[in-house]
Amino acid sequence: MSATPVHVSAVIIGAGHAGLAMSRRLSERSIDHVVLERGEVANSWRTERWDSLRLLTPNWQSQLPGMGYSGDDPDGYMTMSEVTEFITTYATTISAPVHTHTTVTSVRASESGYTVQTDHETWTCASVVIASGGSNLANVPAIAAAVPATITTITPMTYRSPDALAENGVLVVGASATGVQLADEIRRSGRPVILSVGEHVRMPRSYRGRDVLWWMDAAGISDERHDEVDDLVRARHLPSPQLIGTPEHRTIDLNTLTDLGVEIVGRLGRVMDGVAQFSGSLANVCLMADLKMNRLLQNFDDWAETTGCSDIGPKHRSESTRVPAPTRLELDLVANDIGTVIWATGYRPDYSWLDVPVLDNKGRIRHIGGVVDDAPGMYVTGLNVLRRRRSSYIHGAAADSEELSERLEHHLARA
Amino acid sequence: MTTTETPNNVDNGVNTAALLGAREQLSAAPEAAEFIWRASCSWVHGTFSTTTVDGFSGLGTDHHHKTQYTFDADHPECFASEDRGATPTEILLAALASCLTGGVASVAQHRGIQLRSVTAKVEGTMNVLGILGADPDIRNGFSDITVRFDIDADASPEDIQALVAQSQKRSAVYDIVTNPTSITVGVV
Repeated sequence: MSATPVHVSAVIIGAGHAGLAMSRRLSERSIDHVVLERGEVANSWRTERWDSLRLLTPNWQSQLPGMGYSGDDPDGYMTMSEVTEFITTYATTISAPVHTHTTVTSVRASESGYTVQTDHETWTCASVVIASGGSNLANVPAIAAAVPATITTITPMTYRSPDALAENGVLVVGASATGVQLADEIRRSGRPVILSVGEHVRMPRSYRGRDVLWWMDAAGISDERHDEVDDLVRARHLPSPQLIGTPEHRTIDLNTLTDLGVEIVGRLGRVMDGVAQFSGSLANVCLMADLKMNRLLQNFDDWAETTGCSDIGPKHRSESTRVPAPTRLELDLVANDIGTVIWATGYRPDYSWLDVPVLDNKGRIRHIGGVVDDAPGMYVTGLNVLRRRRSSYIHGAAADSEELSERLEHHLARA
Repeated sequence: MTTTETPNNVDNGVNTAALLGAREQLSAAPEAAEFIWRASCSWVHGTFSTTTVDGFSGLGTDHHHKTQYTFDADHPECFASEDRGATPTEILLAALASCLTGGVASVAQHRGIQLRSVTAKVEGTMNVLGILGADPDIRNGFSDITVRFDIDADASPEDIQALVAQSQKRSAVYDIVTNPTSITVGVV
C-alpha cells in the first residue's frame, strides 16, 4: 500500500459490463478515471458460474456503448467463455483503464469526495461508481443449518456440473432461472431431483416465432422506467424468469421438468429432525405464475394488433402448470436418499467494504435510478431495474451509463 | 401490469389509501410493524371452553378492540360432547375463509373492481383415526382444505381468478395454515 493517495476524478469499482460501459461514457466525456477490479475483467462470469450456463438474452441484445455483437448467430445465446471474451474484448476496444487484481477494501467519504482504499494503491476522487454487481453472495436461508450433516449443501456459486455431485437424490430449493436450469441438467444426468417452488416467473422462450425478450423490447416493457414501474421494490426483487439459453431455443418450465421426472413441491418452510416441510401453497404460486404469463402474452398480442405487426406467428397459450395432487408436504431427507441440497434461493450484493452510510435496513443501497441518496457524487449501476426494466440485462447498461455519466459530469462541474 | 389508481366509483368499503400509506410508513419504521395478537382461553366443562379476544400490540403501543369478542368451542354430540360451540377446527376454517374474503375485498378495491357479492365455502377433510390415536400413519390435522369462492363483480373471470390468487398471497391465515410455524407451549 503506497503512502500517497493518487487522485482521479472518478473511480469505478468493478470491470463487468456495467462498469466498463460507464468507463466508456466517462472517456467520451474526457473524465479521468480508473476501473478497479478484484480479479480479471468479467470476473464473476469467469469464476462464479456453472459450466453449462448461457446468457438468457439473445446475442443481438449484447450491445454495449461502442461495441455490439458481431458474430454470425444473432439469435443464439452466449456461453460463459463467449461472454467473458465479449466483455474482455470490449475492455480492450474501449481502452478502459482497468486495474486488475486490485481489491477495494474500503470506500469512505473525505473532504474532496471519497477515499478508495485497495490492497495496492489508495485513490481519492470526487465521484465513485459502484459497479460491483448485485449477485456477489448466495442467499442461504437460516433453515439450512437444520439439514443433516451427512447431506452436502451447496449454492449455485460453487456448483459446476452434475458430475461433481453424489449419485443419489438432489433437492433444488428455488425455481428462478437458476433453480430450474440446475434441476433440468441434474435430472438429465440420471439423478432423482425434487424442486422446491415458491413464487416464480414463468415465460416461454419464444412466442409467435420471436424470442420473448424481443417482445419485451418491442412492446416497450424493457423501457419502462424506474419511476413508472408500479411496484419498484417488487420489480427489483422478482425472481429471474424461468428461461434458459440453448441452441434449440427450448422453453423450460415446471411442466417440462415434470415431464423429465423432476418432482415439484412447495416452498421449503423448515427442516425439522431431518424432515423438510414444504408449503401447501404450490397450487396458488403456480396459478399466479400462469395468470401473469398469460397477461404478459396478452400485452404482446395487444401491442402487435395496435401496431399492425404482421411478421409474427399465430397467437397461442401454453398448457397450465400441472400441479401434482396431492402435493408432497414432507420429505425425510436421509430416508429418501437425498445426497445434495442446492440453495438456488437468490443472490445479494456484498457491500462490506463500503464505509459510507448509504444502506437501508435490508443492506441495499438507497438510490434513485442509480444516484445514491445522501452521498453526492456516488452512483451505483448494474442492478436489477436500476433505471428501467432493461437495466437487469447487459443491454440495459447503454442507456443507464449515458444518463448516469451525465449526472456524474454535472457533479464534477459543481464540485 | 397491475393498476394502482382506484377509480372513484368503486367502493367495497376498503380504505386503500390508508393501507398504502401504512405500508409506506411501516417500511420506513419496521419496528412499529411488529404486532402481537392475543387470545385467552378458559376451560368451562368437558371439551367446552370459551376464548376471549380483547387487545393486541402494534405500532409501538397496546390496542383494545371496541368490545371483547368471545368464541365458544366444543365438540359435537357424536364425539360424546355437549356441542356448546363450534369445533376448534371449524373456527380455523372460519378464520381462513374470513381472512381470504377480507383479502378479496381489499385487493378488489386496490384494482378498481366493484364487488356485488362474495361467498366462500370451505371444507376441510380429516380422518379422525388420527386424533383418536388409532392409526399412527394418519395425521391429526386436515388432509386437505378446499375453498370455493362465488364472486359477483364487475370483472372478467381471469381478473376474478387473479383477485382470489392475490388474496391468498397476502393472507395471514392462509400462510399460517400452509407453512410450518414454530409453536412454544409452556406451563405457568
